[in-house]
Amino acid sequence: MTEVYLNHKFVGTVENPQQFTQSIIDERRKGTIPTNLNVLYDEVSDNVIIENDGGRVRRPVIVVKNGTPLLTEKHLQQLNKGEISWSDLVKQGVVEYLDATEEENTLIAFTKEELTKDHTHLEISPIGLLGLTTTLVPYSNYSPSARINAGSKNQKQAIGLYAANFGLRMDMDVNLLHTPQIPIVKTVMHDLSGYNKHPCGQNVVVAVMSFKGYNMEDSIIINKGSVDRGMGRSTYFRPAIAEELRYAGGLTDEIATPDKDVKGYKSEKDYRLLEGDGIIYPEAQIKEGDVIIGKVSPPRFLSGADEYSLTSNVKRESSLSVAHGEQGIVDCVLITESEEGNKLVQVRIRDQRIPEIGDKFTSRHGQKGVVGLIIEQSDMPFTASGIVPDLIFSPHSIPSRMTISHMIELLAGKVGALGGRFIDGTTFDAEPEDVLRKELLELGFRDNGVEAMYNGESGKQMQARIFVGNIYYLKLKHMVSNKIHSRGRGPIQLLTRQPTEGRAKEGGLRLGEMEKDTFVAHGASLLLKERFDSDKTIVPVCEQCGMIAVYNEFKKRSYCPNCGENVDISHIEMAYAFKLMLDELKSLGVYPKLNLKTKY
Amino acid sequence: MEEIFKEYEDKLPAKLIDDIKKNLPANITKAKLKEIFEKVVDEYEKAKIDVGECVGLVAAESIGEPGTQMTLNTFHFAGVSEMNVTMGLPRIIEILDGRKSISTPMVEVYLKAPYNQGGNVKELAMQIKEVVVEDVASEFSINLVDAIVEIRINENKAKNYGLTAAAVGKIISKSFKGIAVKQNGSSLIVKLDDKEESLNKTYKLKERLKLIHIAGVKGIKQVLPVKKGNEYIILTAGTNMKSILTLEFVDATRTRSNDVHEIRDVFGIEAARQVIIDELMKVIKSQGISIDMRHIMLVADTMCVSGYVKGITRYGVVNDKSSVLARASFETPIKHIIKASLVGEEDKLNSVIENVMLNQVVPSGTGLPGLTMKLPKKT
Repeated sequence: MTEVYLNHKFVGTVENPQQFTQSIIDERRKGTIPTNLNVLYDEVSDNVIIENDGGRVRRPVIVVKNGTPLLTEKHLQQLNKGEISWSDLVKQGVVEYLDATEEENTLIAFTKEELTKDHTHLEISPIGLLGLTTTLVPYSNYSPSARINAGSKNQKQAIGLYAANFGLRMDMDVNLLHTPQIPIVKTVMHDLSGYNKHPCGQNVVVAVMSFKGYNMEDSIIINKGSVDRGMGRSTYFRPAIAEELRYAGGLTDEIATPDKDVKGYKSEKDYRLLEGDGIIYPEAQIKEGDVIIGKVSPPRFLSGADEYSLTSNVKRESSLSVAHGEQGIVDCVLITESEEGNKLVQVRIRDQRIPEIGDKFTSRHGQKGVVGLIIEQSDMPFTASGIVPDLIFSPHSIPSRMTISHMIELLAGKVGALGGRFIDGTTFDAEPEDVLRKELLELGFRDNGVEAMYNGESGKQMQARIFVGNIYYLKLKHMVSNKIHSRGRGPIQLLTRQPTEGRAKEGGLRLGEMEKDTFVAHGASLLLKERFDSDKTIVPVCEQCGMIAVYNEFKKRSYCPNCGENVDISHIEMAYAFKLMLDELKSLGVYPKLNLKTKY
Repeated sequence: MEEIFKEYEDKLPAKLIDDIKKNLPANITKAKLKEIFEKVVDEYEKAKIDVGECVGLVAAESIGEPGTQMTLNTFHFAGVSEMNVTMGLPRIIEILDGRKSISTPMVEVYLKAPYNQGGNVKELAMQIKEVVVEDVASEFSINLVDAIVEIRINENKAKNYGLTAAAVGKIISKSFKGIAVKQNGSSLIVKLDDKEESLNKTYKLKERLKLIHIAGVKGIKQVLPVKKGNEYIILTAGTNMKSILTLEFVDATRTRSNDVHEIRDVFGIEAARQVIIDELMKVIKSQGISIDMRHIMLVADTMCVSGYVKGITRYGVVNDKSSVLARASFETPIKHIIKASLVGEEDKLNSVIENVMLNQVVPSGTGLPGLTMKLPKKT
C-alpha cells in the first residue's frame, strides 16, 4: 500500500503507485486535470506526492515519447503562421510545466541530438538555463560563469534609451545615451526582447594592446576623435522639486523670489535667474549655488533666541539651489499640484556628459574598466588600412579572467562590420569561430584577427601584430562627475565639531582607526596629532578640582563653577570629542578629574 | 685569541660568537679577528629594534593583514588524513583567545626506540584509546521486575582490548558503590543494593554504566597510528597528557599536545609559549602565508608573561592594561569606566590610545624624545 499526499496532507492509499502517477500525468496532458498540478512517485519513501499549491517554481519542457519529442515540424509551422499559440501547446500536452518535485523522476535531454528511449522530456532550448540578461551575452558558453554573471549585471547599469517618452517624464537620476547602436554581434534574445528598439551601447573598434601604461589595472584608453564624434556621449537628468507646504496656524510656504529682509537671504546674484513667479526659466545655464526655485517659509517656532528679538515675524529663506559641485541646464519646468493639493514645482535639470577620465565602460563579458586616458586621434596607433581604434583595451585583463567570449566577439564583430551583416552569438547556438575565421580570411584579413599597426606619434610599425576587432561597448551609469569629491576646509558637525561625512554634505575623508595605526607604526607621532587636530579646542581647566572652568571673554576673567575665582585655571588644548566624553562621564555620575602638570 | 672571544662575550649573543668560531680560517691574525668582531658587532647593533618602535602594533598589522586573506580558504584541509583538525582562521582565533576547551584537542604520541619501528603500533594505539563499557557491550537491557541491568558483553570486541567479561565485571563493581555485579556467561547482571527499587534509578544506573571507563587513557576518543619520517607515531583525538606520559612505551621528551592550557599545566609556561608559537606557525604555513616568526613570538610572550596563558580578549591581556581609557577603548567601555570610578583609578596617559583620544602627541617614535633646556638664571 502506498500512501498518497496532496499538498503534504495524507489523502489515501493506492495499490499500484506507478500506474497511478502515470494515469494522473496522462490525464493532465489530456487536459482533464488542471495543468498546474504536479505528481511524483518517490520510490525510496514509497509515497505518491501530488502538489498544486501556490508558490512552486515551475518550468516548461517538451514532452518526449519513445525517444521522439511531441513537438513536431507541423507544430512549428502552425506557430509561425500564428494558427496556434503557446497555450495551445500546453493544452495539447506537447509542452508541460514541471516543478522541482516532479522533475525528480524525469530524464530531460539538453539537446535534440542526445535524445534516447529513456528520456521523458526535452529542453525547449539550451538557453533556457540562463536568465534574460545573461542570454544577452554573446558566445557566453565560452567564458567562466562568474564573468557571464558580471557581464549580465553590468548590462543592467548601462546607459541607453530607457524610455521613448523620456521628454515627458520626471524621473529621478536618469541617463540617456545620445547615439545608441544595435549590436553587430547579437543573440536571439536581442530580437525577442525588442532590444533593437532600446539599445544601450555602441559598436567600437578595439585594439588589444598596452599603451604607455595608461590602461593598466583594467583602465581603458579612448580616442578623442571618437569622443568628439559622439562616442559614449550621454545626458544626465535630475529634477529639483519644491512644494508649498502648509503649516499649523494657516501659515504656508510661498514660492517666489525672496525679499531682501528675509532671514537667510543669499546674494542678489544667486537669484538672478528667477522669473517673476520665483521659478527659473528653461534653458538657463546654472552653476553651483544658483537658486532654481525661490521659496520663503514662515519662521520656525522656538528656534534660537535671536528670533524672539526685535524683528518678530521675519520669514525664512528656504529656496532650492544647485547642490555643491553640480551644474547643468534647465530642461523644463512643471507646475502642478501635490497629493495634498499644495502647489508643486518640478524643474528638470539636464547636463551633457562627455566621456572623461574616470568614466566607467564595459563590454558584455564582465570586462569593465575606467577611462585612463583620452588621446588625440592623431596620436592613436593605426592599422595598415588606416583604421584607428576607438578604444585600447589591455591584454592583461584576459588571461586570469579567461573571458574567451570577449575575444570571439571582437573577431565576430570584425567579420560583421567588414561583411556588413549581423552575427548570431547565441549561447550554445552561435556561428562557430572557424566559420568566422574563414570569412575574415576571404575578406582579406588575417584569420586570427591580428593586424600590423603603426605608432601614431612616430609612424613606425610596431613590432608585434595587434589584435583589432569590433565589439559592443556599454557606458555605465557610474560617472566621475557624480562622484568626484575633495575638501580642504568645510562644514563641521554641531555635536562633535568634527568634519561632516559624505559628498552631499561636502564632508571630509575619514582617517580611520586602521589608518591611524599606520601612522603609529611608522612612529610619526607628531604628524598623527596634526591629522587629528580637526576638532581641537582650548578649554579652561580648574587646577584644583580638575573640571572644566569658565572663561569670560568680556571681563577677561576665568572662574571655576565649583571652586570660585581664587584658583589657578589653565587653558588646555584637547580634542573636542574628549571634552564631550568628559561631559558624558559627568552625566553618568563619574567624576573625571584632570590632573594637570607642566609638560616641559 | 681567546681573550678576544672573551672580550666580546657580553657584546654579542653566544650563538653569533660560536658561528664566528666555526667559520674562522685556521691562519687568522689577531688584528683580522678583531676587525671581524667589530663588523659583526656593528651589524648586530644595526639589526636591533630602535627605541620607540611600535613592535606590538607592527606585529598586529603583520598578522592581521594576511589574516584577511585567510578567511576565504578555510576549508581546504577538511577530511584529509582521516583526522579532522581545526585549521585556518578558526584555529588561530582559538589559540589567540586562549580558549580553555579547544575544538579538536590532539596529541602526537612519539614512541620509544623499539616500539617506534611499527610492528605492534596498532596494539599500542589501542592501549591508549579510551574504552568504556559501551564499547565492549552488545546490549544493555533493564529487567523491570527485578530492577536489574543486564549487560551482554561482546567477547570479540573485549578481546581487542585484552579484556574478558569477568574483568569488565570487576572494574564495574570497583568503580561503583552500592551495586552488586554477577556474571552469567558472557552477561553481567548489575543490581542496585538499594531496597527501594525504582525504575528511574535503574534507568539512571544503566546510563551511568555505559560510560564507565574500563581501559586505555581517559579522554582519548580516537587513535590513528601514522608513519612520520622513518618512525611510527600515534595521533589521537582528545588529549590527556598526564596519563599518556606515564605509559612505558611513550617517549615523553617528544610527545606533544595542541592544547595550550594542558601543556602549561603539565610542562609549565615556557612550554605553553612554545606550543602557541608552533601551533600558530603551523596554521600560517598550511595557508601558504608568510609571517615573520618574531611577530608570533611577541604575541606568545604577551600571552604568557603573567605565568598563566591569557587570551587577547577583554578578560585576558587587555584586562591587564594599566590605563582605564585604553581598556575602555577596547570593549565594554561603560563597565571599565564605572569600575575605575569606584576605586578612583588614575590614568597616567602613558600609552598610545589614551593620547590619541586626547589629541596629544603619542609617546612613541618621534613623540618619544623631548628637549630640556636650563633657563638662564634671572638676575
